[in-house]
Amino acid sequence: MSNFFEKSDLSRKEAESIISDTLQKCDDGELYLENSKSESILLDDNKIKNSSYNSDLGFGFRAISDEVVAYSHSNEISKNSLKQSSENLKSTLKSVKGTYNHEIPKSNKKYYDNINPIEQKSLNEKIKILNDVNDYLRSKGDKVKQVTANFLGEQKSVEIIRSGGETLSDVRPLVRFNVSVMVEKDGRKETGVYGVGGRQSYDSYLKDENWKSVCDEALRIASVNLESKPAPAGEMKVVLGPGWPAILIHEAVGHGLEGDFNRKKTSAFHNLMGQKVASEGVTIIDDGTIDKRRGSLTIDDEGTPTEKTVLIENGILKNFMQDRLNARLMKTRSTGSGRRENYRHIVLPRMRNTMMLSGKQTQEEMIKSVDKGIFAVSFGGGQVDITSGKFVFNCTEAYEIVDGKIGSPIKGATLIGDGPSILKEVSMVGNDMMMDPGIGTCGKAGQGVPVGVAQPSILIDKMTVGGTKL
Amino acid sequence: MVKDQEFLKKKASYCLDLAKKLGATDSSVVVKNSVSETVNFRNKKLDEANRSDDLGISITTYVGKKKSSISSSNLLSDNLNILIEKCVETTKNTPGDEFNSLPDKDLLAKEAKDLDLYDDSHIANDQKIDYLKKLEAAASNDKKIVNTESSFTQNKSNFVLANSEGFCDGYKTSSFTASSVTVAKDEQSMERDYEYSSKCFLKDLDDADELGNLAANQTIRKLSPKKIGSEKIAIIFDKRIAKGVLNTFASAISSSAISRGTSFLKDKVNQKIFSDKINVFDKPDMLKGLGSRNFDSEGVKTDTLKLVDQGILKHYLIDTYNGKKLNLKSNGRCGGTSNLYFENGNINFKDLLNSHSKSLYITETIGHGSNIVTGDYSVGATGFLIENGEFKYPINEITIAGNFKDMFQNITLANDLEFKYTTNSPTMLIEGMVVAGK
Repeated sequence: MSNFFEKSDLSRKEAESIISDTLQKCDDGELYLENSKSESILLDDNKIKNSSYNSDLGFGFRAISDEVVAYSHSNEISKNSLKQSSENLKSTLKSVKGTYNHEIPKSNKKYYDNINPIEQKSLNEKIKILNDVNDYLRSKGDKVKQVTANFLGEQKSVEIIRSGGETLSDVRPLVRFNVSVMVEKDGRKETGVYGVGGRQSYDSYLKDENWKSVCDEALRIASVNLESKPAPAGEMKVVLGPGWPAILIHEAVGHGLEGDFNRKKTSAFHNLMGQKVASEGVTIIDDGTIDKRRGSLTIDDEGTPTEKTVLIENGILKNFMQDRLNARLMKTRSTGSGRRENYRHIVLPRMRNTMMLSGKQTQEEMIKSVDKGIFAVSFGGGQVDITSGKFVFNCTEAYEIVDGKIGSPIKGATLIGDGPSILKEVSMVGNDMMMDPGIGTCGKAGQGVPVGVAQPSILIDKMTVGGTKL
Repeated sequence: MVKDQEFLKKKASYCLDLAKKLGATDSSVVVKNSVSETVNFRNKKLDEANRSDDLGISITTYVGKKKSSISSSNLLSDNLNILIEKCVETTKNTPGDEFNSLPDKDLLAKEAKDLDLYDDSHIANDQKIDYLKKLEAAASNDKKIVNTESSFTQNKSNFVLANSEGFCDGYKTSSFTASSVTVAKDEQSMERDYEYSSKCFLKDLDDADELGNLAANQTIRKLSPKKIGSEKIAIIFDKRIAKGVLNTFASAISSSAISRGTSFLKDKVNQKIFSDKINVFDKPDMLKGLGSRNFDSEGVKTDTLKLVDQGILKHYLIDTYNGKKLNLKSNGRCGGTSNLYFENGNINFKDLLNSHSKSLYITETIGHGSNIVTGDYSVGATGFLIENGEFKYPINEITIAGNFKDMFQNITLANDLEFKYTTNSPTMLIEGMVVAGK
């Protein structure tokens, strides 16, 4: 736990009094303090290319009156600096007359341990694993031409002080281990990428030479792509594998169900609450409470405990994801979805772990039912235009399906669809729900936050595949 | 107020001295301060005001051929002492690499030219509000516009880069940015588009009315889009998309991608990679240029490079480390390009639209579909169908795909280049790409 006032000329009591004074006529607001430590150790091209360490400290002070947000941040925690910020907020909100909203739910549940993953493993041990990864992959044959592997670790301590001195705090560990491999055959080059991570120690993912399975998966994807032929172009049936392909859910409906876009009525979903937006059997939740997952949080960045929010239940739109600001303006409650990348940024409603729950069918049945289509199992990333609802995601491992059988691998291609209608095209939901391996980062308004996704295999009746073969 | 050079230089030399004392054989440090003030409007009302003051430091230490780095936003001496000690300690424990080193002394920039990158004027929040009021009034003139979100940011930065070879220099920069995002609605659809202007000098910023009108018009014309069938068709990239082709080109000729062998342009220097008429420049000394600079992020002087001459690739973008690996001298491109642009073509915009009886004009792409290892390209796209030089109707929910190796050879450029971003291109036509739709 960080003591943010230990080396400052500002005492906790003084800070509390500035906060209460600044926010007295506001509707909401808080002082957010953050101390983060992070490391990155990278092996590339047979060498340790980079070992770096970052330590970041700062505060963000927010005052809200009706719809107007005033925000000021600084990396100097001092009396002067906080007073200066307070003046900035007051000058923006010149004539405020709100009622401060004190209500914040309490919970004693914690979804990860108070650890610093960076300190739990020595630099030498990390370097040894990276070198072992390099040797292991390069021993797999001459076709392996390039290996990149890295450790990313972080410990972030946050404290939220509200008007009246109410204080909430959280210590969040986060690690990620990635491997990328490039292979070459007959002058053709392809890459494969795989990684694992979440909110616990590196060893929880890498012990007993578990790193080998990460290497094997990256190499398998790269090798499959060496044999790939041009992807088809046009509308067809698409079977998505379980796990990481749930980026589809994240892009197609997740972003469109975030509170801010719906309060502003700029989301394609804003007038669809209570209506059917997906096929029967499709249930989607956003869950911040799964133990030690990358997208999980004990409390969000406004201090609200996270929860399991049902977004779509059996095809019907049930809830949006809310932070305090949007919840208040839409006369509902925060779902514990208020997040920010760090103290430099304002809070926005964001996803945590977004999941489509299992149905009854098998992946085999889905593939058997397709005459002509594609089977996509691994993805790069995606993007969505909230307003038009159009979204894309990029396959990194996919196969053609011909007459109910999996055929040749096809080159990476972009798939495009329409968010509000795509889930009505889901005609089968598999019984094999799986979480992603814990590597996702979601970007919104220039802020990246760690997230998770999960889904079973699904069959989509119609989607546009952006290949080159007509 | 942004911190002055003297303050930053003092911090920098403190770090260099301490690193040396703790056993670093070489070191480099960047100290940077950035102060920005933003006002956001939504539907003609104040929505958010944001002030940020960021001070940061990053230090790289060398012990022989071993290297490590740290960065922090906490510049108190106590913290710097702990971090630099940790950095030197980590350096000693990190395996060496024969190519690790500071830049060659004779390549370092000697004197900083004044490139006119700093405007002392300050625009107070009340004046930003006046600008945004005018902008949003223009943007919401048409009833089809149902939401407007606009923003005005003033940024002032100052930095110092210093290293143990005696380099120590830096300068102030400023930027003023205004943007507007509008949403339009009709019975069939809801669409979003934007316009923006960013300049080093406040007086050069686009007129508020003009910006608002452009944002609104660009959004309204997208309403009621259609989806088209899959076919091979000529694609015309609007300038804001065409610059992306140059950014992919720049990633593919970066010395790190070349030395690692992960670029489709490896070993292509002195080969023809674009069609004959194509010339590409990277010009760091443009006055008031958004990408202008006196030296790169290692302190190496940066001269103008003609990267592509009549279709032939002439240079990679080289930094010290990868340069040594490739046995080439750094050309001052650590951290990437400066003001990168395609020289104008010799056909005007109208003639470009008319050059095919049918083509697609693309105004937005989504997705990260550029693969620099293979050159494969596939992205989601929005735009317009062009027939006989006329905009017929808006198109969406399509993808466009190809491979950069072919795309580069099939580029025709219009003569309408302007310097709006750091990377700029005239309107661009590419033949032979595949559209996937219905």
